[in-house]
Amino acid sequence: MPKAELLDPQGKAVAGALSRLGKTRFTGVRIGKRFEVTVDGEVDAALLAEVRELAVDMFSNSVIEDVVSVDVLDAAVTA
Amino acid sequence: MRIGVITFPGSLDDRDAIRAVAIAGATPVALWHGEHDLQGVDAIILPGGFSYGDYLRAGAIASHAPIMAEVISAADRGVPVLGICNGFQMLAEARLVPGAHTRNAHQQFIRRDQRMRVENVRTDWTNQFTAGQEITIPLKNADGRFVADADTLARIEDNGQVVFRYIGVNPNGSLNDIAGVANERGNVVGLMPHPEHATEPGFGPDTELAMASGVDGLPFFESVIASFAAAV
Repeated sequence: MPKAELLDPQGKAVAGALSRLGKTRFTGVRIGKRFEVTVDGEVDAALLAEVRELAVDMFSNSVIEDVVSVDVLDAAVTA
Repeated sequence: MRIGVITFPGSLDDRDAIRAVAIAGATPVALWHGEHDLQGVDAIILPGGFSYGDYLRAGAIASHAPIMAEVISAADRGVPVLGICNGFQMLAEARLVPGAHTRNAHQQFIRRDQRMRVENVRTDWTNQFTAGQEITIPLKNADGRFVADADTLARIEDNGQVVFRYIGVNPNGSLNDIAGVANERGNVVGLMPHPEHATEPGFGPDTELAMASGVDGLPFFESVIASFAAAV
């Protein structure tokens, strides 16, 4: 997710569209990214740790973004 | 002096950078992102463009290219490195300069002849400017908004690492009107506007004297040549 203090112009554009739709209860929108990383077989602790590391080092830029969560999904969810 | 210009998939301004190097009087060397060989160049330019279509984040995927490992170690040795636009984004992603870039505050791609002030003339890429000199060179970007946290901003302002500041118009919402920054040592400089597009009369920004006559980009390349001459 973009850091809380950072301007998110994309989110602001969507928030503007919401208010034009009459959705007046929403006061703000922020837009982040979701990465689905697929592997064969089971996810063990080492692999999960590797993904957490990648999330911080490559998938996101810590100057402007925070990693919100890293979760294991089952195949049925990601298919 | 031999100056390398690295081409990445999606680089657009590598040819113009090569041309600018030659106009300034150095020998340009075309380098390829997928290799580990800097061919012994004396300085390196990361050109503008849209490497990898700005996927992930602008400059992020290119910052992990094989040749970037060599660029990072060369920068650590003091080899001058200039990142222009997408090259600036790569430098930030590689943590060779402070800060990061986000989408322009107004959400639009912007292209204009941009005025800016040279705030630091002690870097390898700005020593041929006079302190506070105002120059005009082309700017064209979508993700040009320079951001950094408050502590980093204060630190780079104190250290003189803010090398260029937009004047007149802040075209993308960059914090403190920052157009370009350097590392602490001053050998690595990144900026969003394009000096290589203002090095040849007839192809630069308009000036009061004549259309397309602006060559305010030339001193960037003359500076690194002067740095090299002083070091040899």
